[in-house]
Amino acid sequence: MTGTLTTTQMIFGRLTWDSFPWHEPIVVATFVAVVLGGAAVVGALTYFRLWGYLWKEWFTSVDHKKIGIMYMVLGLIMFLRGFADAIMMRLQQSLAFNGSEGYLNAHHYDQVFTAHGVIMIFFVAMPFITGLMNYIVPLQIGARDVSFPFLNNFSFWMTTGGAVLVMCSLFLGEFAQTGWLAYPPLSGIDYSPATGVDYYIWALQVAGVGTTLSGINLIATIVKMRAPGMSLMKMPVFTWTSLCANILIVASFPILTATLVLLSLDRYAGTNFFTNDFGGNPMMYVNLIWIWGHPEVYILILPLFGVFSEVVSTFCGKRLFGYTSMVYATCCIMVLSYLVWLHHFFTMGSGASVNSFFGITTMIISIPTGAKLFNWLFTMYRGRIRFELPMMWAIAFMLTFTIGGMTGVLLAVPPADFVLHNSLFLIAHFHNVIIGGVLFGLFAAINYWWPKAFGFKLNQFWGHVSFWCWQVGFWLAFGPLYVLGLMGVTRRMRVFDDPSLQIWFVIAAIGAVIIAAGIGAMLIQFALSIWKRKELAVEGDPWDGRTLEWATSSPPPEYNFAFTPVVYDTDSWADMKRNGYQRPLSGYKAIHMPSSTGTGVILAALATLCGFALIWYIWWLAGISFIGIVAVAIGHTFNYKRDFYIPVEDVTRTEEERTRILAAGV
Amino acid sequence: MSSATATMEPRAYHLPEEPHLHEGHSTMLGFWMYLMSDCLIFAILFATYAVLGGSFAGGPGPKDLFDLPLIALNTAMLLFSSITYGFAMLAMEKNKISATQGWLFVTLLFGGAFLFIELYEFSHLIHEGAGPWRSAFLSAFFTLVGTHGLHVTFGSIWLITLMVQVAKKGLIPANKRRLMCLSMFWHFLDVIWIGVFTFVYLMGVLR
Repeated sequence: MTGTLTTTQMIFGRLTWDSFPWHEPIVVATFVAVVLGGAAVVGALTYFRLWGYLWKEWFTSVDHKKIGIMYMVLGLIMFLRGFADAIMMRLQQSLAFNGSEGYLNAHHYDQVFTAHGVIMIFFVAMPFITGLMNYIVPLQIGARDVSFPFLNNFSFWMTTGGAVLVMCSLFLGEFAQTGWLAYPPLSGIDYSPATGVDYYIWALQVAGVGTTLSGINLIATIVKMRAPGMSLMKMPVFTWTSLCANILIVASFPILTATLVLLSLDRYAGTNFFTNDFGGNPMMYVNLIWIWGHPEVYILILPLFGVFSEVVSTFCGKRLFGYTSMVYATCCIMVLSYLVWLHHFFTMGSGASVNSFFGITTMIISIPTGAKLFNWLFTMYRGRIRFELPMMWAIAFMLTFTIGGMTGVLLAVPPADFVLHNSLFLIAHFHNVIIGGVLFGLFAAINYWWPKAFGFKLNQFWGHVSFWCWQVGFWLAFGPLYVLGLMGVTRRMRVFDDPSLQIWFVIAAIGAVIIAAGIGAMLIQFALSIWKRKELAVEGDPWDGRTLEWATSSPPPEYNFAFTPVVYDTDSWADMKRNGYQRPLSGYKAIHMPSSTGTGVILAALATLCGFALIWYIWWLAGISFIGIVAVAIGHTFNYKRDFYIPVEDVTRTEEERTRILAAGV
Repeated sequence: MSSATATMEPRAYHLPEEPHLHEGHSTMLGFWMYLMSDCLIFAILFATYAVLGGSFAGGPGPKDLFDLPLIALNTAMLLFSSITYGFAMLAMEKNKISATQGWLFVTLLFGGAFLFIELYEFSHLIHEGAGPWRSAFLSAFFTLVGTHGLHVTFGSIWLITLMVQVAKKGLIPANKRRLMCLSMFWHFLDVIWIGVFTFVYLMGVLR
């Protein structure tokens, strides 16, 4: 960093020809595949002249439904990348015995496990739940869009920008080799001088801006834009859990931002927050990052608790048992999630009293969670259960998540944690709750709301194949990790000495392969359903739904509802059907909507460029792109015309088309 | 009886007319939430300062470094800027464009003076060998105070932008809303500064 800079260094920073990992055949092969695939996609889009359509109808759209779908697509793409990392690790660990080094060197393997964690949390789970909330919440509360439609578009592109930076690290330079939370001093400049941790920092910072803003946006939407009559205690449970999750986002992501700023100051400016010398304190970082990190896991799971509530009550044909207790349980979990962070590092040595406090608060969280589980069970009790795919995922969740929760309570006991800390038991535990809770919930949600978003159901057969592959594959993959963890095997190991352990890793690898089959079946399910969409087509309310999103057509028109609904009951659509609600056929009015804008794309592209420049020490580019961000943002505020009216003729035409379809269906 | 009639009468399940949500109906709430999230960033920086504030690593401490009269002057600049921003808002309420602009300009001057004094203090400290890399205490100090300064800088850029917009469009509702947001931001930075002044400077010299 010091000394005289050559001209090339001035222009390209530390980016050189050798930054490309030529010597890693696996990466080179991946790169070739990505280039060919990317070229094919770009070529196809150009050939079919889709760029203009994509730009106008999707990229610059401020429609919460389109943004929600784009979030889901982003999550799906990154899920495939994150899973590729997972299966590479399983293969490596099942091979590296009896003196074999496996097929991944340490430098590569350490990046793989870091990237797997970072991608799965930040660029799979977060886009998935944000996309879901974006799509469903405004529909469930009878709104036309979110409070800040432009910010919504901007947030999405910032999240995408972060994902782009992570993907860049695969082919330019390296990713962090520090584990997904990048603990210092390992992540400090002394021990990680290359680009890895910088990629980590800037990917998370860019995406984090998007997440925080979308959190603010959805809270404002839920607080301000509910349909008349929908008091807080008449909101659908999914909206409630989304509200709590977004409060957690706004109250925890700034902590991540600040913590990463401190880490980057240590790396870039030579400060001493988390260094070993000059008074720095690495454990400060560990505390700060988990003050964000523990609420984060509840950000992920709470919306899915809402999904299960909707699914269970719909497919049991009953009002949810214990609505009020469900709401209070969600709020309790929201508050408690801030009081447990230290259980991630009982071994720090903070003493018996502190550890007991955090152990007890952790165990207390299982009480509201248990209440929720009983509510779902009591909803099923004497219900007329329809075993459609979403319901199957919900039941699988209840079984899997309960077991994961129980191993969590085991880990919450500090003396037990001293034995199990950083072991594969922990890995098995959190995959048990994240896969069993978040991922199964997402699959339930996708199967449940797909007809809402696209107007046709998903293929059942391939859905069943995917479901059973996941169930079997999950236990084969993670059951052995519990066993190994109890035997004392620690996480993030690349090679093993004890040959008696190998069989367990082989079983786990087989499990991962079966999960891969489940993912494949799911992709086939999507593709086949899109292919056969005419046969699978449904009208507005295919599941006999209970909440407002089913009151409009599927897919909903741009403006969601021709008339703003009025709410009298918790399950407002069920209430409307019970009382013989008739869809109005005339009297349409022009509808006020926000206009599309490309500013979000431009700002996020500049932010991503700025992040890239900072990673590679290309200071001039960082400066220019930062000034660009400020200039574009200011320029955007000079645009005062941000809305338009959908003319009454268009509304009438759309609604009469639906009337015709409804009549034909009867 | 009443419930029977209620079920007899069909409930109106939709509004016949578009409900009129006024423009910017969520802006104040949204901006409040942004401020609270920003407040959390400062909370973390304060907490970091609290933990690392005594880690001098053999370097200088607050008593050796802080020049309280200068900081008092600096604090006065920022507090005055808050008062003048308040006057600008009062003028805005009365729809007096030139008075609003005048007070905004005075606010900008005070904000600029604050930043100037802060930069002077920083350069002085660095000159004395007490830069942010000297010890964890100084890292935490520069980051906390510097982040506040950065906020004031962006607030000033925003202030200039709004002055241009008021000049161009007058005190239309959109501009009034923006001035309200900046007002909250500006006062928020004042509150943060009072925390910094008390917690970092006064208590630092007392300790």
